[in-house]
Amino acid sequence: MSARVLVGVKRVIDYAVKIRVKPDRTGVVTDGVKHSMNPFCEIAVEEAVKLKEKKLVKEVVAVSCGPQQVQETIRTALAMGADRGIHVEVSGKDYETLGPLQVSKIFAALAKKEQADLIILGKQAIDDDCNQTGQMTAALLDWPQGTFASEVTLEADKLKVVREIDGGLETIKINLPAVVTADLRLNTPRYATLPNIMKAKKKKITNVKPADLGVDVSSRLEVLKVEKLKEAGRI
Amino acid sequence: MVLSCSVCDVIVLPFICIFKARRCIRALKAVRAEHVAPQVYSTRWSSSTVPRITTHYTVYPRDKDPRWEGMEMERFADEADVVIVGGGPAGLSAAIRLKQLANQHEKELRVCVVEKASQIGAHTLSGACLEPTALNELIPDWKERGAPLNTPVTEDKFAILTEKYRIPVPILPGLPMNNHGNYLVRLGHFVRWLGEQAEELGVELYPGYAAAEVLFHEDGSVKGIATNDVGIGKDGSPKDVFERGMELHAKVTLFGEGCHGHLAKQLYKQFNLRENCEPQTYAIGLKELWVIDEKKWRPGRTEHSVGWPLNRNTYGGSFLYHLNEGEPLVALGFVVGLDYTNPYLSPFREFQRWKHHPSIMSTLEGGNRIAYGARALNEGGFQSIPKLTFPGGMLIGCSPGFMNVPKIKGTHTAMKSGMLAAETAFSKITDENLQSETAGLYIPEYKEALEKSWIWKELYAVRNIRPSFHNYFGLYGGMLYTGIFYWFLRGKEPWTLKHNGLDSAQLKPAKDCAPIEYPKPDGKISFDLLSSVALSGTNHEHDQPPHLTLKDDSVPVAQNLAIYDGPEQRFCPAGVYEYVPLETGDGMRLQINAQNCVHCKTCDIKDPSQNINWVVPEGSGGPAYNGM
Repeated sequence: MSARVLVGVKRVIDYAVKIRVKPDRTGVVTDGVKHSMNPFCEIAVEEAVKLKEKKLVKEVVAVSCGPQQVQETIRTALAMGADRGIHVEVSGKDYETLGPLQVSKIFAALAKKEQADLIILGKQAIDDDCNQTGQMTAALLDWPQGTFASEVTLEADKLKVVREIDGGLETIKINLPAVVTADLRLNTPRYATLPNIMKAKKKKITNVKPADLGVDVSSRLEVLKVEKLKEAGRI
Repeated sequence: MVLSCSVCDVIVLPFICIFKARRCIRALKAVRAEHVAPQVYSTRWSSSTVPRITTHYTVYPRDKDPRWEGMEMERFADEADVVIVGGGPAGLSAAIRLKQLANQHEKELRVCVVEKASQIGAHTLSGACLEPTALNELIPDWKERGAPLNTPVTEDKFAILTEKYRIPVPILPGLPMNNHGNYLVRLGHFVRWLGEQAEELGVELYPGYAAAEVLFHEDGSVKGIATNDVGIGKDGSPKDVFERGMELHAKVTLFGEGCHGHLAKQLYKQFNLRENCEPQTYAIGLKELWVIDEKKWRPGRTEHSVGWPLNRNTYGGSFLYHLNEGEPLVALGFVVGLDYTNPYLSPFREFQRWKHHPSIMSTLEGGNRIAYGARALNEGGFQSIPKLTFPGGMLIGCSPGFMNVPKIKGTHTAMKSGMLAAETAFSKITDENLQSETAGLYIPEYKEALEKSWIWKELYAVRNIRPSFHNYFGLYGGMLYTGIFYWFLRGKEPWTLKHNGLDSAQLKPAKDCAPIEYPKPDGKISFDLLSSVALSGTNHEHDQPPHLTLKDDSVPVAQNLAIYDGPEQRFCPAGVYEYVPLETGDGMRLQINAQNCVHCKTCDIKDPSQNINWVVPEGSGGPAYNGM
């Protein structure tokens, strides 16, 4: 199989860290705060690497959008088994307003450029909880989508996806190329061990700007304010 | 979908509930009992059976464990010139110095630093008032390079507190706590900056990988270290994702694990490094960061106090530093000597209580707490410095312990020790005519260099101040001694006072001591333990063997609880140890909430039975301090 898989990985604030709202209420404090790969993205990378180990796909490409620091996240994906990385440079104000619509446009453009056959993303990010990027990417590419996947099987050139839905499990069969978003029970991600981190330093990460892909990252949303939740039981 | 748990106000993710609130723990105890592997009970000399707590392979070796039969235990190995354990001030200064020398002499040198925190600086906690002497030597142009030393000390205040009043004590020049020329820093940010400098010079930094094992050559010299294995389940069995750690071999290994390092503990025994020095004595330091009302903010103001709420025979005191980092930030904390005798003492609650003193409350009122953490620190000083070199390795920084106790500063001496270790190691490694007797290099020149340096003079001069507290008048005797002997003689007196012995041996039985009535936290100035631990950002992979290992699972209830009323429930600043009733109803058992651990090492130090052995958990677990 000569398929190429694109995996999206997002750098988010670690789930165990207590979030603090910035004094000017425009967002949360991120400077110096511990970040890690979004847990659902880890599951997505694991699934892609598993497919490669079963020799069902040829190449796994890890993609992340953001400033310089996201390279660490791409390196972790490379250490887990991805072959190469693409860093889409978005920083400053653009990064603060970067949302699923812009990211899905970037992924759609990359999928065409890299001639990807499969895109695997996490079902949602734990910082914004949008749960939109996968679906929007599929729509922009006019590809079928298997979201909330808890099991993915490649059968010839079709993908059998078991989806976790409210009522239980739904099994669908979709054509490739397709977009899949990973849910919790899809797999248990492997650790990025030190020898693999060392090897990952030799793997290639290419830098790309959204403009090179013909994508406009300006946002049509304006954040008015960010506030801490009032404690339960208090008026 | 992210819900907010209404009980404990923590974020509940579909698959992870952070079991921080006691109510959550009790409610979910039934659920947890199902998930625990068949309870292994061990029968001891007493007629009761003890539920199994410890499952770590350092206590239950895997070569005798049937679940590990046939597992691939080979490790990948790599060679470096120098491996440094610990990415703190000492380790990073050593790394930077090595690379500076290598570049200067145009030599190739591979330097690797392994650090258990997920990012450099995430496990660093200190006051801190930095004396820039070592930094000026290491990186003279630190200001141009953007070192985060933003707050020079402008005001220096020292006081004795009583329950209601504050008695100011003048700080005469020459006294150790004079801070002129020093900087108030957020040490975590400083360490992060040091890490960036090191990376620029070509040092290989590996945060998120803990050194779990020391490796030895056949001739007994140190060969290097191995990082932690991953993917071992809570019951000690291998999971699907199990992978062995990696071996890093080096010509010489520098151990800079900070105060009471777990590998250093092994090395002391292995090479008998403590035979000619006194045992190390410690204190626990608890710290919080507050954003205060701008009107009360005085950047550069340094305040220290002794006295209330501790009695005159319990060593300890407080610090309160006004930082100048943009927002009105204050770093404050409380230090309690771990040679305290009353098992009912809780350093955490003393800290919370101290904040209610009128002079402190006036600063904090209207403010917001944004961070919490704790760490043990050295108090032994000169008398407790062990042998520092052994074939294949050297000890640097707070691990052997170069802290100037009355100044409460150890960062500058830690950095200098790292630099000297680097210099002596470099000459040895690049010496082409070297005939080493052992495969790992033995570098006694390090000790000689230390003895000639300002570290030695400084530590020698203040060596008698801390032990002078061991008298009937306690604090006041100590201050008298400092005022008379130190201020006049600067430590030139010919005698050297001794410490009292091991901190763990100082506790009196609970029946001989009075319980302390601590005030309830008010939620505005003082807080409860669990909400404080949540602020440290600490977390560990829950499905791994608890890293607070017990040599004997029956000792906590039989001895610690029976004789000392379970002091670990009080001295742990993270609520790791809890005595809970047995499911059967009669008796108690120890519950270890290893996920809460903030890696302070106090339990390993203060456990009266010396039964607790802290080992390193899977790398990147632990607190997520940001500029502490």
